[in-house]
Amino acid sequence: MNTFFSMRGIVKQYQMGEEVSTILKGIDLDIKEGEFLSILGPSGSGKSTLMNIIGCLDTPTSGEYILHGRVIRDLDQKQLARIRSREIGFIFQQFQLLPRLDALKNVELPLIYAGVPPKERTRRAEEMLVRVGLKDRMHHHQNQLSGGQQQRVAIARALATNPTLLLADEPTGALDQATGEQVMTLFRELNAEGRTIVMITHDLKIARHATRIVNILDGELSEGVSAFD
Amino acid sequence: MIKRKWDMFCESVNMSVSNIMGSKMRSLLTTLGIVIGVAAIIALMTVVQGAIDTMNEQFDAMGLGTLRVSVTGTAIKHGLSDEELDQILACEHVAGIAPSASATVTASSDSAWSDAILVSGNNDEYFRHNPDLLARGRAINVLDVEQSLRVCLVDGDAARTLFYGEDPLGQTLYLSGIEYTVVGIIDEEENASLFSQILVGGASDGTVYVPYTSAKKLLGTSSVSSLEVYVTDPDDTDAAIEEMEAVLDALFNYKENTYTIINMESMTDAMNLMTSMMMSLLVGIASIALVVGGIGIMNMMLVTVTERTVEIGLRKALGAEPGQIQIQFLIEAIVLSLLGGVLGVIVGLLVSLGICLNTDITFSLNTFAIGLGVSFSAAVGIIFGWAPARKASNLNPIDALRSM
Repeated sequence: MNTFFSMRGIVKQYQMGEEVSTILKGIDLDIKEGEFLSILGPSGSGKSTLMNIIGCLDTPTSGEYILHGRVIRDLDQKQLARIRSREIGFIFQQFQLLPRLDALKNVELPLIYAGVPPKERTRRAEEMLVRVGLKDRMHHHQNQLSGGQQQRVAIARALATNPTLLLADEPTGALDQATGEQVMTLFRELNAEGRTIVMITHDLKIARHATRIVNILDGELSEGVSAFD
Repeated sequence: MIKRKWDMFCESVNMSVSNIMGSKMRSLLTTLGIVIGVAAIIALMTVVQGAIDTMNEQFDAMGLGTLRVSVTGTAIKHGLSDEELDQILACEHVAGIAPSASATVTASSDSAWSDAILVSGNNDEYFRHNPDLLARGRAINVLDVEQSLRVCLVDGDAARTLFYGEDPLGQTLYLSGIEYTVVGIIDEEENASLFSQILVGGASDGTVYVPYTSAKKLLGTSSVSSLEVYVTDPDDTDAAIEEMEAVLDALFNYKENTYTIINMESMTDAMNLMTSMMMSLLVGIASIALVVGGIGIMNMMLVTVTERTVEIGLRKALGAEPGQIQIQFLIEAIVLSLLGGVLGVIVGLLVSLGICLNTDITFSLNTFAIGLGVSFSAAVGIIFGWAPARKASNLNPIDALRSM
């Protein structure tokens, strides 16, 4: 299988007043196409920072991140926005739906920025909502949907631009056990369809749905789940 | 590419409209400054323009291309003789002259009398240039003037004073004891005598128009000290003035302050200049409201950006470029202030319509003022929306998302 992205010696530092705090201490990570990776770590371990770098929302202080053959460090804001638009679908713990828009419009949002024409946009958004099983909830607003349904709308939104990478930050964090399991089933289906998924979680049970688990602790990465056993 | 930009633009307008509709009360209060500013500008410009138009109409009615000459003369020469009037008439750009002689006399009819009747001596030319003056009967004609006939026209006041309810036409009246026959009635509404009223003083029991030759005899004078001069073409007014000055200077031995030539047009011009200066000043003051309104918009937009930090972060994560975010917020500011502008235009027009209906000012849609108001408000949106939009576009998506 082809390498999807590779990270070499990723360091991320933040200036906190006088002090410089190092969040990521030289991360090496390779992901192949079609993998379902869980990044497991407690809060404060640097896993969100790592996810931001993977998602091109943030750039590393040093180290090399190559996504699909492109060196991310060389890109400007606009080019990063293009990559986020075309290649990465984000899923957040708090779903982050816009309350003023209905489910369909929410799913259309990334398609607007990708420059898809209006009719095509609606068609694809409808298709995605059907895919996540919300065929009869298309015109519901956030407050008319359950947590699980909201997260499924968010997943449909992440899938709308047909990205190669799904990036999920604690996707089940705000859901109850059963709904979380449903979302994970959906993730596994999507992975089986060939989509690369990177999921960040602190929950080992959730992490186990992935095909591969890496462990992050204090900004350092290790294969397997040893630190939690 | 252009299609894509257009789609983005439509989406931005849609989003801003839904955001504005989402907080109607707040948006309305925010735009209030713009509404007041634009309304003030529209109302001021419409009303002042209407006032200028009305004034111009009145001045035009007094005569475009009409000069009024008033002679003070010298110690030995008080006015102009008939021969000297002919010299003025001989000027190339003078089409006609209407000398006048007026004074207050005692008048009586068979049944009444008054010692405050204004006699106004005019010629046929005068009535030809003021056709609306005549209501009934006939005007003074050339024969009346040449032969100093004792015919007269009475205005409404004189008719009421001297004849009560009777029809004055064909009746006889006595001016300083001399018998005159009434041949015509002056229109009551006509205020062309305004000018002579200003010169002589308005407190009279009415005006009787007689041939000016006849008036000279009646008043015992051989010279005329005031006359109207009709120019061949309004464009030739300046040329006519120069020619007349040459004639009059020669007649009065080049002494100063012996006569004045009043040009209605130049008076109108001076008045217009004054009013438009006043208008610019008032509009300038009204613009302050617009600036204050702009600050209101800016404040609202800054609050909006802060409130929607998460949304901005999310949009960025979903692939929005910084420029797209900036455009979206800029469009929202423009839509907001344009909304204020349109409301302001409506309010301003209603206010000026109200003012015009309650005064003599004619209401006319001032498209320039409307254009100015709308473009001012759009400009305010761009100027005061720029900084908040910039702020939104520069938000770091991670910080934005973290604040959730």
